[in-house]
Amino acid sequence: MTSTPAAAAVRPAPGDPLDPTAAISIRGLVKRYGEFTAVDGLDLDIHRGEIFALLGPNGAGKTTTVEICEGYRGRDAGEVRVLGADPAEGSRRWKARLGIVLQSGGGDSQLTVRELVRAQASYYPDPRDADEVLELVGLTEKAGVRGRALSGGQRRRLDVALGIVGRPELLFLDEPTTGFDPEARRQFWSLIRSLRDLGTTMLLTTHYLDEAEALADRVGVIARGRLVEVAVPSALGGRETAPAVVSWTEDGARRTEATATPTAFVRALAERFSGEVPDLAVARPTLEDVYLQMIGHER
Amino acid sequence: MSAPAPEAALPSLPSVYRSRATVELKEFFRQRESVVFTLLLPVLLLVVFGAVLNFDLGSGVSFTQYFMAGIIAAGILGASLQNMAISIATERSDGTLKHLSGTPMPRSAFFVGKVVQVLAVTVAIIVVLLLIGVVFYGIDLPSGSDWLVFAWVSALGAAACTLLGIALSSLAKNGRSASATVTPFALVLQFISGVFFQFSEIPTWMQTVASVFPLKWMAQGLRSVFLPDALAADEPAGSWELGRVALVLAVWCVVGLLLCVRTFRWQDRGTG
Repeated sequence: MTSTPAAAAVRPAPGDPLDPTAAISIRGLVKRYGEFTAVDGLDLDIHRGEIFALLGPNGAGKTTTVEICEGYRGRDAGEVRVLGADPAEGSRRWKARLGIVLQSGGGDSQLTVRELVRAQASYYPDPRDADEVLELVGLTEKAGVRGRALSGGQRRRLDVALGIVGRPELLFLDEPTTGFDPEARRQFWSLIRSLRDLGTTMLLTTHYLDEAEALADRVGVIARGRLVEVAVPSALGGRETAPAVVSWTEDGARRTEATATPTAFVRALAERFSGEVPDLAVARPTLEDVYLQMIGHER
Repeated sequence: MSAPAPEAALPSLPSVYRSRATVELKEFFRQRESVVFTLLLPVLLLVVFGAVLNFDLGSGVSFTQYFMAGIIAAGILGASLQNMAISIATERSDGTLKHLSGTPMPRSAFFVGKVVQVLAVTVAIIVVLLLIGVVFYGIDLPSGSDWLVFAWVSALGAAACTLLGIALSSLAKNGRSASATVTPFALVLQFISGVFFQFSEIPTWMQTVASVFPLKWMAQGLRSVFLPDALAADEPAGSWELGRVALVLAVWCVVGLLLCVRTFRWQDRGTG
């Protein structure tokens, strides 16, 4: 994808050497399950300090890619470095630098929320204070409640608390807000932003486009095991340079005009109508428009 | 940046072991189902059988004295084999094991926590059963070197059954299916291993089947503790066969350990 200079700069080409400064560097990653190729030659660098969102439909290879980086799954071909190490040989010391929030959290625990976070902290060399972490994820009031008694959204926040209590340099979040109500998602987003401010690198998978747009510094779209594009959210699919569509009502009919210079066009319209243009709207392709087009092309 | 200080050392093994042991004890003793099923069921059986089947075995020994050995063996089986098979299958299917394996927790700490849990539950069961036996049914406590035999038979039996339970957990899809397979299996074993009936009354072919598994040998070893030596004549071999008890249980430990090493998985099947 070399259509824009920005996209070329943020995406490694196949055959490029691994980037030793990146938090995650992936070259030519392939993973097969029997006849099915889940990941089919993936190249990607995730820089330190950024929030990277991996976007794609179910079965596109998001979770497989992430779980290979986390050390949960092996690979059939390619090179992967996560914080400088091959995840297939991840040591305890390496794991101590990661935080992992899996797609499905743990089970019904008899331990209280605070006890669970403290137990998790006991595995790490330099953990955060359990109560601070609970404050950060908004579970302070539930600290004395048993894990099994939490609601779905509270359980997910506990998963995040367990993921960050070890003070990770790199945090994996696999579909963290699935099943959240809109209010809970907004709260979660502000949590993620405050973690970014603390310097945590994050790899987030999601199928919510607004989530990727709101949180991510860069977005990678994955479909059929391949990265279709990597870009900043506003530039995805050439969205920032795509023609704008101006629409208005004239003589009782809806008129539309695609234009690269919407401002000049609207000014001309305004002069012609000498004032308000009836039902004026200016639209650019939404992230959803370009996303659907991208994954559609791959099908 | 909040990168950890490079010199920060990983927590020591004993401190993580202590943490896991605490987690496992709380998980067990706070769960009503596991406490009732594992701890109170043997107690209930002792109370009922002690009240109903209070006949004389000869040499002035009551069946309750005989049953004491069997119900302790069955209690150990529940605390180790059934408990491990069900709890670990549950933790594997609900993602707890996967979560743990993604942390820097040393993997040995998981098993240390489980062993501490089994030990605590086993000791609790034995103490409660002995107390009830002595207070309500006039059970004669072991004396002298019998305590030593009591200790090693219980410890070796619990070790073999813990390892087997961990291995069995890998066969089940989840906790529910583990429970559905292991519970009837344990019940049948109890019937044919001399827990509820005198082993000598059981058909020979059933005795042979029972002899393959650890429970029969645990019960037999414990009978040597609770019954007068005169009753050793009723055993199939005409003696307590303590050497063979030790051998069979030790072999099961080795087999169980090998099975665990070969089959233990931190994730559900199909996600490897």
